[in-house]
Amino acid sequence: MTEEIIIAGFGGQGVLSMGKILAYSGIMQDQEVAWMPSYGPEMRGGTANVTVILSDERISSPVLTRYDTAIILNQQSMDKFEEAVKPGGTLIYDPNGITREPSRADIHIYKVEGTRLAAEAGNPKIFNMIVLGGFLKIKPIVIIDNVEKGLEKSLPQRHHHLIPMNIDAIRSGMEHVEKA
Amino acid sequence: MAEIKLMKGNEVIAEAAIRCGCDGYFGYPITPQSEVMETLMLREPWKTTGMVVLQAESEIAAINMVYGAASCGKKSMTSSSSPGISLKQEGLTYLAGAELPCLVVDVVRGGPGLGTIQPAQSDYFQATKGGGHGDYHLLVLAPASVQEMNDFVALGFDLAFKYRNPVMILADGVIGQMMEKVQLSEPVPRWSREDIERISGDWALTGRQKGRERHISTSLELDSYKQEIFNHKLQAKYRLMEANDTRHEELSCEDADYLFVAYGSSARICQKAMQLCREQGIKVGLLRPITLYPFPKIPTRTLAERVKGILTVEMSAGQMVEDVRLAVNGLTPVEHFGRYGGVIPTPEEIVEALKKQFIGA
Amino acid sequence: MELTDIIREENLVYKKSPLLTDNVMHYCPGCSHGVVHALIASVIEEMGIQEKTVGVSPVGCSVLAYNYLDIDWAEAAHGRAPAVATGISRLHPDRYVFTYQGDGDLASIGTAEVMHACNRGENIVIVFINNAIYGMTGGQMAPTTLVGQVTSTTPRGRDVKLNGFPLKITELLAQLDGTGFVTRQAVHTPAAIRKTKNALKKAFENTKKEKGTSFVEVVGTCSSGWKMTPAEANRWMVENMFPKYPLGDIKDI
Repeated sequence: MTEEIIIAGFGGQGVLSMGKILAYSGIMQDQEVAWMPSYGPEMRGGTANVTVILSDERISSPVLTRYDTAIILNQQSMDKFEEAVKPGGTLIYDPNGITREPSRADIHIYKVEGTRLAAEAGNPKIFNMIVLGGFLKIKPIVIIDNVEKGLEKSLPQRHHHLIPMNIDAIRSGMEHVEKA
Repeated sequence: MAEIKLMKGNEVIAEAAIRCGCDGYFGYPITPQSEVMETLMLREPWKTTGMVVLQAESEIAAINMVYGAASCGKKSMTSSSSPGISLKQEGLTYLAGAELPCLVVDVVRGGPGLGTIQPAQSDYFQATKGGGHGDYHLLVLAPASVQEMNDFVALGFDLAFKYRNPVMILADGVIGQMMEKVQLSEPVPRWSREDIERISGDWALTGRQKGRERHISTSLELDSYKQEIFNHKLQAKYRLMEANDTRHEELSCEDADYLFVAYGSSARICQKAMQLCREQGIKVGLLRPITLYPFPKIPTRTLAERVKGILTVEMSAGQMVEDVRLAVNGLTPVEHFGRYGGVIPTPEEIVEALKKQFIGA
Repeated sequence: MELTDIIREENLVYKKSPLLTDNVMHYCPGCSHGVVHALIASVIEEMGIQEKTVGVSPVGCSVLAYNYLDIDWAEAAHGRAPAVATGISRLHPDRYVFTYQGDGDLASIGTAEVMHACNRGENIVIVFINNAIYGMTGGQMAPTTLVGQVTSTTPRGRDVKLNGFPLKITELLAQLDGTGFVTRQAVHTPAAIRKTKNALKKAFENTKKEKGTSFVEVVGTCSSGWKMTPAEANRWMVENMFPKYPLGDIKDI
């Protein structure tokens, strides 16, 4: 199994963290992982993206142009990466701020109302975890126990009290993901 | 077994330095390698191993601090990215001329000039052909994974002291910035005064003890004939490196009709291109030079005898291809495919380039 | 009276420090370097720190200083001696580390290195020989060349419109919080030589006391570059250099 994922949105939306949590979860289940961010000025308020690869085999290129899954958090990223999903692949997006819905017929498209659900829950910051939950429902490449372990690994001890909240957000995303 | 961690290449350089008993790091911030010094400053190794970490006023000062530290027989290092490495060239030629061991990490970005902060491999010539003035070489290691960023720090110091020569880890923005699984080396203590006496006692500046001649770290020799003899000695050293410490990796070369030659992150991208080729029935192998200087000439030549064509893939306008052509010496066609200025080649375009050059798609 | 009657222990008035090697110095007649080398050798000898001292020589006339003082030396790239000394001193905090630099090395190409080493308060001694000219390369203008002074690159005299002003680097460095002792001395008379030796001794003692960077400027002559006899050069220095570069302690904490 190899899953090649791009996560893209604005800098500050937690794009890199989502990737990191996926990568850590992969390690928890003994997979090979690669996490390759965009870096530089574009991260400061501009767009940010990260390529995450989980595989049972040695990972070749950490830099890709075609992805099994795109997780999209803003319109610029939709414009840039919708075409980059492999035929038969998956696109998951948060419709907040999306002005042009994805239109490809040869891929599976899902949406998760991460921003809205997070706002309703009174914690807008966890929207990215809700979207991640949506992805994990559609593509259960890592099990939620390993996500929890991954969070324990990736977060410093002082933030461990936030883990249950993040796991709840992931579960909420799993429940609310829907075919677009 | 040591714990598996998920870390950035740059962070791993810092951790590996602490763990291999490095005595001093001197640096100056530059993208895309600033995490090296940032990680060291967070880790505060001066409180644990006693390793000194200092932010210098410039890359020039940093490499000269390394020169001072290396003169004492200490394990010292610096890291930078292309424009900063250009500034360090003066120091590097002095280090090579004074035969001082040190480790320099270059996380290459696109140029020329201030260029871009995105990944590139356009400093191959600078790294492997000397870089500064005079007939000298650095020993150059090219990591292709975060794990190798860890492994090559200790290896780099070993080789630096083995040959009394500066060693460079030539990475790029991809290897520096990406996170992968890594197994960090087991910590080893810094060298004691006795260790330094044993390893470098015949040249290190430890203070002139009674009963020995004074030690001088210098690259100056006003007598041309003596300077020529010194140059012979350097060249002999480089031949030794070539004979004993040339490193490379071969992937799927056994049945290959065509060969990619690529190092660092390009080698990783070529692995993907290789898979795509083989899915299309084109048998391609990959030769990955691990030491760029000394270049793995013999394996390149041996494979050249068996394949119908070689494509070098570099994030440059074609630099390593010259060494490949010299090694192959006309045995088989050698072509170059490159993206540069911070653009990373895609596996698909590499496949297309191979077909265009050799198969006529 | 026979010569052997004169060469006797009880008649000895001066003895070369054993730290000075027997190598014949390459310096020109009248040059200040030899005197300053001898003073540093004496100070190291008297303090008994030969085994703990590392010198850093510059690029310039004193590039070969390591041939004359029997201690461990690093020869630095042009201007970089304070950075090299930083590397040595940081990794050998128990050592006495000093740089020996001329005006081109320290005040022109190495301005950044000396400024930042002093600003960090590196626990080192910096000996600065200011003779207002590039000696090694054949008498070109130095940053400290006086206004109107003729050199091979200011053949009609230093013109401030073209070349700016003589750089009072020592006064600048005294402004930095990292320097503990900053002084300007000369070696043109026995009295001045004694004062310079005391200053050098204080500088090395400051290293032991961890008082930050000690900076000793020695205003010197370059009879070859100035195209004067040694005696004329000394007179010219007193009349022209001292008014611009007055002797004495600038800072002593």
